[in-house]
Amino acid sequence: MEFINAIIVLLNYTIIPALTYGSQLALGAIFVTLIYGILRFANFATGDMMSFGTMFAVLLTFYFQSLGINLGILPTALLTIPFAIIMMILYMLLIDKYVFSYYRIKKSPPVQLAMVSVGVMFVTQAIIRIIIGPFDRTFLDGQKFILKASEFKEMTGFSEGLTIKSTQAITIVVTIIFVSILFWFLNRTKTGTSMRAYSDNEDLALLSGIDPKRVVLITWVIAGILATIGGILYGLDKSYRPFVYFNNMLPIFAAAIVGGIGNPFGAFLGGYCIAFAEIFLTYAYKKFLSYLLPEALEPDSLMQVLSTDYKFAVSFSILVIVLLFRPTGIFKGKVI
Amino acid sequence: MRQYFNVILAYSIMVFLIILVGIFQSWSIALTILNYCLISAVMTMGANIQWGYAGLINFGIMGYTALGGLAVVLVSVAPVGEAWQAGGFGLIICLLIIISMVFLIRLTLKKIIKSKKRNYTIAAIIVFGLILLKLISTPAIESIEAIDPAKTGFLGGLGMPILFSWIVGGFFAGGLAYIVGKIALGLRADYLAIATLLIAEIVVSIIKHEDWLARGVKNVIGLKKPVPYQIDLQKSDWFINLVEKFHSAKLGLVNSLAERQELLNSLVIDASSVYVKLCMSGLFLCVVIILLIVTQKALYSPWGRMMRAIRDNEVAANAMGKNVVKQHLLIFILGSAIVGIAGAMMVTNDGLFTPGSYRPMRYTFVIWVMVIVGGTGNNFGAILGGFAVWFLWVEAAPIALFLINLFTAHLPETNEIKIHLINSAPYFRFLMVGIGLLIIMRYRPKGILPEKIIKQ
Repeated sequence: MEFINAIIVLLNYTIIPALTYGSQLALGAIFVTLIYGILRFANFATGDMMSFGTMFAVLLTFYFQSLGINLGILPTALLTIPFAIIMMILYMLLIDKYVFSYYRIKKSPPVQLAMVSVGVMFVTQAIIRIIIGPFDRTFLDGQKFILKASEFKEMTGFSEGLTIKSTQAITIVVTIIFVSILFWFLNRTKTGTSMRAYSDNEDLALLSGIDPKRVVLITWVIAGILATIGGILYGLDKSYRPFVYFNNMLPIFAAAIVGGIGNPFGAFLGGYCIAFAEIFLTYAYKKFLSYLLPEALEPDSLMQVLSTDYKFAVSFSILVIVLLFRPTGIFKGKVI
Repeated sequence: MRQYFNVILAYSIMVFLIILVGIFQSWSIALTILNYCLISAVMTMGANIQWGYAGLINFGIMGYTALGGLAVVLVSVAPVGEAWQAGGFGLIICLLIIISMVFLIRLTLKKIIKSKKRNYTIAAIIVFGLILLKLISTPAIESIEAIDPAKTGFLGGLGMPILFSWIVGGFFAGGLAYIVGKIALGLRADYLAIATLLIAEIVVSIIKHEDWLARGVKNVIGLKKPVPYQIDLQKSDWFINLVEKFHSAKLGLVNSLAERQELLNSLVIDASSVYVKLCMSGLFLCVVIILLIVTQKALYSPWGRMMRAIRDNEVAANAMGKNVVKQHLLIFILGSAIVGIAGAMMVTNDGLFTPGSYRPMRYTFVIWVMVIVGGTGNNFGAILGGFAVWFLWVEAAPIALFLINLFTAHLPETNEIKIHLINSAPYFRFLMVGIGLLIIMRYRPKGILPEKIIKQ
């Protein structure tokens, strides 16, 4: 009984939030890694591109709400995803045409492209702030909880409650579905294979008749879908604020590098690595231990390894350690 | 003379723009902008040494700036005696533990050959040390933070003159750069950028949340100034006389004595703020000129040529017997130290230390835009970039407001789009800086004042 209570505490406060946060990071990290693997630069506009897609979802959600359209118990934002994705892809293709393609054709060094992406970051951030403003916005509607703590307690009779927010469930389910489709696409279809070939060896891929324009186009399309879905899921779970999205770029980068940059599966797992490390290292284990240990041994302090202020610092430290001992990331191996 | 025509022209335009601000807005604003331009110039010189001379990409400028700011607090603030009594001893022991941990690890690395045993020994040292640190530091920190938390709650500094802290800031930043360089310099360019960006975040988050060090997000206000205080100036006779002499024509027009006194008072208040800022500008200008002379000398010395050789072809330079790793580390430390000095200057200028305000956007990316726009590898270009981009960053909102009003003049005042645009005028600075960067990168990739190589 005590043991099960302890497990429930752990599930409720660490594992479920970490799975959710990890899924959001994983989507962003795959986005970073795809751009890095195929277009060959570190995209510093990652966070703001995610924010850009989410902005449309927020605006459309407000518009749909004013029209009275909704999805019942599900959040209206799910309905706006296709439209937001289309806008996002159009924006990305526009930027690629007028900004990135010039440097790609010239075969500029990756650092130059990274600097250009800083310029894109500035512009995107400006557009977002001009259109929607820098404020915090909540656009979640529909049913908030799938399982409330009190219901769970009544149902099972345990003294600890388990809460599952609908956003957590949606995040995990959508991520699993989307990522499985993505990996199926990359590994099983002809287009996906050609993308992997292009990322592996550009010259050989061109020799064997792969159209580079098509590969780049599809990369941006997938990137747009990833960025928008990742952004919307994060916005639903927390709330939408442009500045936070910019900051999220940092753990996303950490996830992509920890997983081995250029390797989508590594990025996917890297997201969870970072999320679990952040939450496990900053969680106060007092309650958890109080169920497991006999009363005499119960801890007085919070039993926290690090204070929650250092949440971000944890992921960055992991990154530094990984860079020190295994610069190619945990899951090296095939590129893309 | 002709080869310097571009430089002179560009700088004249910049000075002219700042004078325009002085005439149309106010001299106080113009001097504030000038001071920040000078600070930015120091930062860009630091970044330029790394990127322009050696091709090292350092996105951690924010961390070094924050560390320079921390140095100001640690050097100039008066020590808090009670806090030292309460927890100073514990923290000194912690410091000793950290130092001994480092020595022990170095010793193990030297004495034991690479094996599992060595790894386990190191891990044991680290884990044991961390537990010991946590046990000793927690009560010490708690007792320090409990002492008058609204005002102090930290150890305070050394109570030394604030100008001294600029040098200390440089050393702090250099020390951090040594550690970061040891960790990250072997990485490829874009990895290095990401790694330095994230390490800077770690540094800032430590400064933000370790309240015993510099009060964290509670900020330290009322720092000393290396120049006269405004309030003292407003009371001193010589200053009032000076203002009176300066404005004698204007004062002569006023007849009644009371009105004259009132006008004089307001003039004195204005003049005192301008005077203080001018003193600051003088100090900053000294730093910029000294750094400019030193960096120019270094650039055209054999050392500078070696750096360029390393930047342009690492393999060839290595083959010629140059120690690339060592030189990279050296230049990384030098550039970061200069950024640290700039960070200390900035906190001195503001008179307050606000760890919460260190954000990568403002302290890393904008500085990088300055370097790229100004001209990589050219010190004059870097300084110009600092001036031009900072000027644009500050004046973008007024310019945007003017343009919005111009283009929406035909719309009525109640038009929603117009109101929305006017409200979001401050965000046009991102747009202008971003588009500026993209245009420069595309059409003048070497910057406004490109690098010049003098053949000897």
